[in-house]
Amino acid sequence: MLTFSLNGRQVSVQAEPKTPLLWILREHLNLSGTKYGCGAGLCGACTVHLNGAAVRSCQVEAAQLDGARVVTIEGLSADSSHPLQKAWVAEQVPQCGYCQSGQIMKAAELLAANPKPTRAQIVAHMDGNICRCGTYHRIATAIERASREG
Amino acid sequence: MGEIRNEGLELSRREFLAGAGGLAFWAGFGANGFQLISEAQATTQAKVLNPWVRVAPDGGVIILSAGAEMGQGSMTSLAAIVAEEMDADWSKVVIEFAPAEASVYGYVDGDTRSMTIAGSRAVMRYYADLRIAGAQVRKVLVASAAEKWGVEPSSLRTEPGAVIDPATGRRLAYGEIAAFAKPPVRLPGVDKAELKKRSEFRIIGKSVPRRDIPLKVNGTARYAIDVHLPGMVYASTRHSPVHGGAPESWNDATVRGLPGVLGVIRLADGVAVVADRFENALAARKALAVKWKPDAPAAGFDSEKTLSDDYVRVHADPAAKTRTLDAKGDADRAFAAATKTHRAEFRSDYGYHAQMEPLNAVARFNPSFDQVEVWDGSQSPDRCRAGVAKALGFTLAQVTIHQCYMGGGFGRRTLGDYAAEAARIAREVRKPVKLIWTREEDIAHGMFRPQSFQCLEAAQDASGKVVGWRHCVVGDGGVLLHTGIKIPYYGVPNQHLELRGVSHGIRVKHWRAVGHVFNVFAIESFVDQMATAQGMDPVEFRFRHMSISPRARVLFEKVVQMSDWKAPRPEGRALGISLSERSGSLGAGVAEVSLDRASGRIRVHKVWLAVDGGLVVQPAAAKANIESGIVYGLSSVLYERVTVKEGVVMQSNFHDYHVMRMSDMPEEMHVEFVERDAPPSGLGEIGNPWVAAAVANAFHRLSGKRLQHLPFTPERVRAVLDA
Repeated sequence: MLTFSLNGRQVSVQAEPKTPLLWILREHLNLSGTKYGCGAGLCGACTVHLNGAAVRSCQVEAAQLDGARVVTIEGLSADSSHPLQKAWVAEQVPQCGYCQSGQIMKAAELLAANPKPTRAQIVAHMDGNICRCGTYHRIATAIERASREG
Repeated sequence: MGEIRNEGLELSRREFLAGAGGLAFWAGFGANGFQLISEAQATTQAKVLNPWVRVAPDGGVIILSAGAEMGQGSMTSLAAIVAEEMDADWSKVVIEFAPAEASVYGYVDGDTRSMTIAGSRAVMRYYADLRIAGAQVRKVLVASAAEKWGVEPSSLRTEPGAVIDPATGRRLAYGEIAAFAKPPVRLPGVDKAELKKRSEFRIIGKSVPRRDIPLKVNGTARYAIDVHLPGMVYASTRHSPVHGGAPESWNDATVRGLPGVLGVIRLADGVAVVADRFENALAARKALAVKWKPDAPAAGFDSEKTLSDDYVRVHADPAAKTRTLDAKGDADRAFAAATKTHRAEFRSDYGYHAQMEPLNAVARFNPSFDQVEVWDGSQSPDRCRAGVAKALGFTLAQVTIHQCYMGGGFGRRTLGDYAAEAARIAREVRKPVKLIWTREEDIAHGMFRPQSFQCLEAAQDASGKVVGWRHCVVGDGGVLLHTGIKIPYYGVPNQHLELRGVSHGIRVKHWRAVGHVFNVFAIESFVDQMATAQGMDPVEFRFRHMSISPRARVLFEKVVQMSDWKAPRPEGRALGISLSERSGSLGAGVAEVSLDRASGRIRVHKVWLAVDGGLVVQPAAAKANIESGIVYGLSSVLYERVTVKEGVVMQSNFHDYHVMRMSDMPEEMHVEFVERDAPPSGLGEIGNPWVAAAVANAFHRLSGKRLQHLPFTPERVRAVLDA
């Protein structure tokens, strides 16, 4: 049994040590906002925060979780009120939407460390997250809006 | 605020049945297509499931939408059309997915009815019928209010969500009317003249926010992969790595002995493993060692060799099987009499959809195993339903499809092949099953945009006018190979368009405009080549020598102005121009490109696209969709290729199937609509087909060389520069 903090609450899960956090979230805990895209750390759809840092949850094993603090898209805000979520709606960013949880969690890491990023810093930070609908320009614009409007 | 309910049919049906009164309007199947009918009429029809429109006494309006939602916005757009004509208060509208019953909810497609949302045609297909439907609802609401007030319906008008009596200023909200109105036995017909004028539109053409977006910023939008059922178990598959192959045997005892494994199931072209947890299903899949039967259709196939050698041979072979796609005038005579002729060859590799959500479905049977529910994000829920029924030996009535959001479709999700697998597996293991293909499986067992070889020839007369045109496409894919091959926007009098089909056993599929990608690349590169051969501006060449249609001319003029086409560019940059038709829409685009000669890397800095899509129902969503098409196009043009060796797909994940990332994006994208008083045409796929030729034509301006093989990978670019 491993216990960790998930979106501010303690949770306990029975999982093999090598089970990826992604499947613990999605299938053990039925918290499905975090998406499976590649299973190999290549696309960023499964991005969550682990002890404050954006990580690919498909690459985090259960053994690393005991006592850890995990935040997913469901925990970013209680009511879609995070500046990034508001900006995402204002800029009508998502299309199919499947990658957007990961995009937002990756962007949240950036703004937490650097509230006023330049466009170049945004691109460098977000470059690992694939959006197959090609909403990248709107993502960047939304990050700038969130940075501006807080 | 309105919302999209995403709980499927059960909730809505319960609510409808439990709801106190209200006005409900059903969809019926008329000879001419989709239409609304009354409750009394609906009860005589066996297949009617849910009201299409319901006005509740509290003023809420529920509208079903047949717009399968994969990010293109059709779900909102289709409901917006109904809401417009019924003059609903948009903030009170709730949208729900229509059930998978094409005979009721489908659009007319030749002799059949279909709910397939593909080719970017959802709005185009449903627009006229949904307007009539909305107007029928409005007419009933107005008539009910008129009766109550004892006045003529023609003396009343509506504003969003209410009927107004201008003579007295009194008003009745739609919800109030719904509380007392008796639905008519037969719904009134609507004459086209009774529809709103364009100038009266409040929603159409005005861009309302997409209703799915709020659910996509907090993780609550439900995709099929997110469905969680009590007692559900997990499956994953390993299909034959050689397309079309069948399993002979596998290490069954070993796999069955692994932790959590509940079953190992033979499929026609693969093996499925089932386990209590998905991680256990993945481990079992990994451990699965399958011996495949040797006679797979794609055995031994080598895509690169076939494209470089075999297709050329087929093209040159006078005995090869040919199919004439279109013929006008006398092409042979035009070439015989030509003053100047041109010829060029083009190639294009296989392309993978790479939708972000790997294929998956959830299936659950009832206790007596004679009814199945399937959750699928489907571009064609009716075809999915039929596919599931066929796989199980069921009738359609035994299959219920719960439509979900799609994490990308791009043409891959019209078959429900994986949904049929999930249903079969669930029946075998007697439990609800979530089947998830791994990304590796999604690629290896993909269905691809076909590879192709094109040969184009053109004949000019003494005045320079292009009077003869031949286009031959060689490949395996039937209709997938020749979408976009026709050039109705160029009035070339003598044409011969031809397909030479071959067969490889590789699975192929629609792929965001599919054949347009390589046909338009070839056509628009070839036109540019003719222009430069004469030292002419390519736009001028089209205007003077290609008998261009007025509609296409307007678009070129527009994009010339948008891009300031003739203005000098910064050092090392050049523009290329191109044109494409798709699903009735037309677009002319310009790309500004630079080239790193050492690496062979092409960079696209700016893009301009002028689009004629007729009436644009939701301009903001349409623009976003077109931008998406441009990026999808750039990605396919610069990076994406699937190769096959010994019948096996060589790519396995995003490390070797490279798609656009943020750093690859153009700095600017400009999309503008050209106003035209015409019904809506498709806009989801007008963004990508023109891109290849525009980039190649810009490359020619930079280097003097022609790129004739998609994609333009750095290796290929270097080879072209060195040649």
